[in-house]
Amino acid sequence: MARRSWILWAMAALGYAFLYVPLIIVIVYSFNDSRLNAEWVGFTWHWYEVLLKDEQMLTAAWNSLIIGVSASAVATVLGTMAGYAMYRFKLRLLPVLVLMPIAIPEILMGVSLLIFFVMLNVTLGMLSITLAHIAFCIGFVAIVVRSRLTGMDESLTEAARDLGATHWQAFRLITLPLIMPGIIAGALMAFTLSIDDFVITFFTAGVDATTLPLQIYSMIKIAVTPEVNAVSTLLMLVTLILIVIASRLSPGALRGE
Amino acid sequence: MALLEIRNVTRRFGDFVAVDGVSLSIGAGEFFTLLGPSGCGKTTLLRMIAGFDAPDGGAILLDGQDMTGVPPEARDIHTVFQSYALFPHMTVADNIAFPLRMAKCPPGEIPARVEEALDDVSLPGMGKRFPNELSGGQRQRVAVARALINRPKLLLLDEPLAALDAKLRERMQLELITLQKEIGITFVYVTHDQEEALALSHRIAVMNKGKVEQLDEPAKIYGFPKNRFVADFIGECNLFDCTVAAHDAGGLDLAIEGLGKVRSAGAENVVQGAKGTLALRPEKVAIGRELNAADCVNRFHGKVFDYLYTGDVTLYIVEVEGGQRVEVMLPNNAVGRSSKFFEPGDAVQIGWRDDAGHYLHD
Ligand SMILES: Nc1ncnc2c1ncn2[C@@H]1O[C@H](COP(=O)(O)OP(=O)(O)OP(=O)(O)O)[C@@H](O)[C@H]1O
Ligand SMILES: [Mg+2]
Repeated sequence: MARRSWILWAMAALGYAFLYVPLIIVIVYSFNDSRLNAEWVGFTWHWYEVLLKDEQMLTAAWNSLIIGVSASAVATVLGTMAGYAMYRFKLRLLPVLVLMPIAIPEILMGVSLLIFFVMLNVTLGMLSITLAHIAFCIGFVAIVVRSRLTGMDESLTEAARDLGATHWQAFRLITLPLIMPGIIAGALMAFTLSIDDFVITFFTAGVDATTLPLQIYSMIKIAVTPEVNAVSTLLMLVTLILIVIASRLSPGALRGE
Repeated sequence: MALLEIRNVTRRFGDFVAVDGVSLSIGAGEFFTLLGPSGCGKTTLLRMIAGFDAPDGGAILLDGQDMTGVPPEARDIHTVFQSYALFPHMTVADNIAFPLRMAKCPPGEIPARVEEALDDVSLPGMGKRFPNELSGGQRQRVAVARALINRPKLLLLDEPLAALDAKLRERMQLELITLQKEIGITFVYVTHDQEEALALSHRIAVMNKGKVEQLDEPAKIYGFPKNRFVADFIGECNLFDCTVAAHDAGGLDLAIEGLGKVRSAGAENVVQGAKGTLALRPEKVAIGRELNAADCVNRFHGKVFDYLYTGDVTLYIVEVEGGQRVEVMLPNNAVGRSSKFFEPGDAVQIGWRDDAGHYLHD
């Protein structure tokens, strides 16, 4: 018995090590006082200072922020509407349509969006990236919002109507406040998905616009400098914080309920 | 004129008829109860009155006005839901104030009216709490206060006490009766608990499979059930298949298998040879070693087969000489605390007056 549980523990540890050791190495070497990711020399904030002076990096970060905020804002509104519609009307086709972008391979989505934008003569750049991000974020928001709605007592909106509220008042005064944690969680998820998306962004970015992941990619084509480690560490931190907040706000949705 | 008029209302779900041609007329100030077993269509009917669902046929009139197409918020009808449906993100005071806000009541008046409503349901000073900080009984009262605050014409209550324990339920029943009397608003009350229905209502509609089986005052429903279903559903009842052997001005002679000849009060439109049912409440049957009472026209010897002790009364099942089993209820007031009158196997005599039973046509 004790022996078996020891083996299980070892295997679990190995699995987690495989997942987390590379991340830890990235973080640790972002503080390494050496140009090479080879051996530990000493602690420094130097690479973070370099990062803050790197014009290209700052532009990319700014772009990512703009795209992330606007795409998640629009996707939150549309995704909430989609989630509400899926809950209210129980149509068969609607969930398929809304959730398809989550299921299809990213590369396929990237290529098809590229072809689509070219066909419509949309100049590739910030706008096309934002539109693409909206497209794949809607589904995630819709899932979180619907899961929150499903957990809501249906008689609450009926009670509101019964007591004199119109359809819209019942939604605004009862439904909306009750699903708000889900909406915020969905918005945070959409933001993190947008800010670290690479594949779809790569296809829809064109030549001028660049985002943080694209910038990191272009840098490591030359060499993996500790500056990349530093920016990756920051990105990881932001994403992690947002995901933790989102999962606190809507526990069920992120567990796939 | 009736306050609420339900005319031949039908509601189907696919092939299933949940409400089947129901017609009711409910007067202003009445405490009206819809009583029936689970699934008989009570909630469905109530939802159509409230406006959450629309009839497939027939019409619902409030104060003479056809409610077809009128949305719930435009009907002067409020509902107390079984789950209470208190808004969890609002305080008790905001919950109660909700109908006032929707009705555009001047904001200055609201706090005083809420406090008054809380007093009415004996929850003074509870306004700042949230629903999840209340007990079941308190939530129930808040739901009632919220539904009544702007005095609708009609209050619908869907099994509002079902989630409470027996003691609290009894207290809430008394409070509901008092409240209804005080404010004079018409109540339409749904329950599947027959005792609750008998205790609360002015009139009861007993429903079965989407139809109204009988509509009467509680005493009529209990004492003069119209058919087997009502007799069986309301309280304990012996139901004997019988044939009319003879009838005269004084009553009926019924032939019951396993029992013999039974004299019973008359009923309308009886013909000799007709088959029917004799409904006989267990508490109307006397039991003793030997009955001497001259007014027990119907008397039978038998022996105790089994009994059910329920504290205040004991229900005996007596097998008479012919083989028929009869339920007899005996109040335990005459017996010492620990003793019972009869044991299984004891020879007894049972009997009842000619007007104790009630003949039902088949
Ligand atoms: N939306 C619906 N779709 C299909 N069938 C329904 C629907 N609503 C109710 N029914 C059916 O109609 C019948 C009556 O339901 P209803 O809820 O009115 O019963 P009830 O008398 O209130 O029962 P209970 O005492 O259990 O609450 C049930 O058999 C139920 O399955
Ligand atoms: Mg019901």
